[in-house]
Amino acid sequence: MSLIAITEVKKRFGDNEVLKGISIDIAPGEVVAIIGRSGSGKSTLLRCINGLETIDEGSIVVAGAQFLPDEVHLKALRLKVGMIFQQFNLFPHLTAGGNVMLSQMVVKKVPKKDAEAVARKMLDRVGLAHKFDALPDELSGGQQQRVAIARALAMQPMALLCDEITSALDPELVAEVLAVVKELAAEGMTLVMVTHEMRFARDVCSRVVFMHQGRVHEIGAPEDVFANPRTPELRQFLGVQ
Amino acid sequence: MTYHFDFGWLIESLPVLLKGIRITVQLILIGAVFGVALGIACAWVRALGPKWLRPVVATYVELIRNTPFLIQLFFIFFGLPSLGIRMSELTAANLAMIVNLGAYSCEIIRAGIQATPRGQFEAGASLAMTPFQTFWYVVLVPALQRIWPALSSQIVIVMLGSAVVSQIAAEDLTFAANFIQSRNFRAFETYIVSTLIYLALAILLRQLLAGLGWMLFPRKASR
Repeated sequence: MSLIAITEVKKRFGDNEVLKGISIDIAPGEVVAIIGRSGSGKSTLLRCINGLETIDEGSIVVAGAQFLPDEVHLKALRLKVGMIFQQFNLFPHLTAGGNVMLSQMVVKKVPKKDAEAVARKMLDRVGLAHKFDALPDELSGGQQQRVAIARALAMQPMALLCDEITSALDPELVAEVLAVVKELAAEGMTLVMVTHEMRFARDVCSRVVFMHQGRVHEIGAPEDVFANPRTPELRQFLGVQ
Repeated sequence: MTYHFDFGWLIESLPVLLKGIRITVQLILIGAVFGVALGIACAWVRALGPKWLRPVVATYVELIRNTPFLIQLFFIFFGLPSLGIRMSELTAANLAMIVNLGAYSCEIIRAGIQATPRGQFEAGASLAMTPFQTFWYVVLVPALQRIWPALSSQIVIVMLGSAVVSQIAAEDLTFAANFIQSRNFRAFETYIVSTLIYLALAILLRQLLAGLGWMLFPRKASR
């Protein structure tokens, strides 16, 4: 039984078809890396799973929640999948703790005291318990991204979508974020990540999806995809002859 | 010829003057609170609200921003009674100031909302917040922070502009000054005193708004 079922999804921006019929099933606990060149549609696919983009054809179902473009269905879908962005997108006027508390209180109507307890727990989980009262401005990029992860986790999602979450970070800050993600994977969280961290994809992921021109070009276990690329496009992307 | 300054009238005119100050302060406090609230609502409609409502708000905003405040005041106080809508001078003055500030602050606040990075809306949405929740809890405060100096200036402009409500016999500070001057014939002294009071009120108001901003926006000194 798959947790995320993506079936024949097509997406157009005007005349430009960016997703040309994508089908992927993701089981609970899987860690899936989506790789590919820019423009291959990998970020768009991820954003569709969270309903940030509409789809033109096909269906996306996450744990029984079908993606339909109305407020009720979108809310149900987004309660199942959290999303983490390249640019962190923390709320600048709230402290780290406030960022993690807000959606619990607004969306789930959790009382402030309980939301704070959850926020402290989640910040502790990403190693930032001591930064509860810090504003985003006062945190490094890596710390901001870890707060963003805590914020998504506080909503208790069944899966997390990571959209190039280390691409905006200085090289020395990448490791601390990936360490958190690795830990989540080890705890059994279902993860779908668009990433350029090939070594991370090889070490942590259970499956790798190579997208090319709006299609799933190759898919398989990382050992196979990285060691034996079957198509010239993937070989070129990986830089192997 | 030498002019002899005489401020002796101040003592007996003090009650009139104080009442004028009280009315002016009351006008600006009510005008600012409800005017900015109206401005926030209108800015939401114009930037993010239902499409069918946008032309309505746009018409209101352009109508107010392209006509004189005095005419708006006269229309409310002298024009509306023809339709059976009657109100006291003070109510008319309050209403005129709210409607006027509402339109100007709408455009200022809208600029603040539209400068919000897209990622903020997406982060709100991805956390299952509705568009309105995202606006209210995520977008609004940083948007106000961005335009706070401009909004503060506009509120002070409206406060100074409130002098014209004396034209419909609302007993504000200017009304009081005119009244006192018509009794003591000491135009220079009377108007210099009222000028200084307006100056003090404006400075006080700016300080108040700066303090309010300091409370609303808990950001550490960034740039």
